[in-house]
Amino acid sequence: MVLLFYTVVQGVAGTIPRQPVLNETLRNVYFHVPLWFGMMTLMAASVWFGIRYLRGGNIKDDEYSSEFANTAILYGALGFLTGAIWGNYTWGTPIPKDPKIIAVEVGLLIYSAYFVLRSSFDDEQKRGRLSAVYNIFAFAAFMPLVWILPRMTDSLHPGNGGNPAFGKYDMDNRVRMVFYPAIIGWTLLGIWLTSLRIRLRAIKRLKMEQE
Amino acid sequence: MQEIKALIEKEIRLEWRQKYALNGMLLYIISTVFVCYMNFKLKVDIIEPITWNTLFWIILLFSAVNSITKSFTQEGAGRQLYYYTLASPQGIIISKIIYNTLLMLVLSLLGFLIYIIMMGNPIQNIPMYLVCLVLGAIGFATTLTMVAGIASKAENTSTLMAILSFPIILPMLMMIIKLSKSAMDGLGWETSYDEISILLAIDAIVLSISYLLFPYLWRS
Repeated sequence: MVLLFYTVVQGVAGTIPRQPVLNETLRNVYFHVPLWFGMMTLMAASVWFGIRYLRGGNIKDDEYSSEFANTAILYGALGFLTGAIWGNYTWGTPIPKDPKIIAVEVGLLIYSAYFVLRSSFDDEQKRGRLSAVYNIFAFAAFMPLVWILPRMTDSLHPGNGGNPAFGKYDMDNRVRMVFYPAIIGWTLLGIWLTSLRIRLRAIKRLKMEQE
Repeated sequence: MQEIKALIEKEIRLEWRQKYALNGMLLYIISTVFVCYMNFKLKVDIIEPITWNTLFWIILLFSAVNSITKSFTQEGAGRQLYYYTLASPQGIIISKIIYNTLLMLVLSLLGFLIYIIMMGNPIQNIPMYLVCLVLGAIGFATTLTMVAGIASKAENTSTLMAILSFPIILPMLMMIIKLSKSAMDGLGWETSYDEISILLAIDAIVLSISYLLFPYLWRS
């Protein structure tokens, strides 16, 4: 079962995002946009395991939660980077004034704070409980920032503040053929990365217990 | 209800008994405002409205962080264990939030008064600014109470308090500054319904999440 999961993820994530279709900056749509979708999914997963930990008290759920947050930070940074490259060519500067960029900077700050909080506890149970509480709390405060604020102010991103969304103009069916699998592929890649780290941690813990 | 009332009374009595904390908070605001006064008003005597506004909210934010941090740490572990056996966690968080909101309201209104006296008053729509002040006080109090609860369990409470609360409070702060800016410019009420409703919504989200999550926090 684990092996099957592994091969499916590898197959989807390994080949599809690299398929060249358009020789322009739109190519970035396969990387930048799916990275955001992936980050959102990973954050949601992190919160989900946080809730499960609070309800059940199983230390495994806490490990899942923190590793999902870890990968979410990685995706956030990557998304920021690809966005900066893209923005450099289309908007003229890598970091223009834009509510979504502010939002992601805040998001990265929140999750960095989450890890500082984690590292300040020695007791496993206490650390799990408190960081899960902060995780859920931060997620709830972060979501309005990402979903509501950009729609109220003018944004350079498509789909906000009077700009048309992607779907209308520059997405023909050929692009869509890659775009949707790319979203799934990147998300699954994130989950796979996370599961690797979780397994690594589980092995380490077992080793510690044996010694 | 009875329980919450009793707990709020206890908080107020406790605060009253150690007046130095309250006085310290007031002095904190006054001295910060005075520093701003010396550097802006006396030196150049021009201050842009946007700077005026942002400065005020930063002063309020810092005094809020400072005053709410101690809401969990001022009582010893033994006493907290005693409350744990007596009251329900929901009662405790609600009473702490209500009490901190009252404290923030007093602090921010007094701070506002001092600030106006020292730095001049460029506000054109004062009722709206006051509404903004009230919404901000409620929002700061709810968010910071919960974060203070988390941070108080660790060793380096004050550092943790700052890094945990600032990113969370930022969306709220952005909305507040926007709303208060339009109050300063004397825009009508109908232009700002969006901001007011979003602020109310954020307050409601934070309040309900704190209510749900606090029992887990309290157990440790």
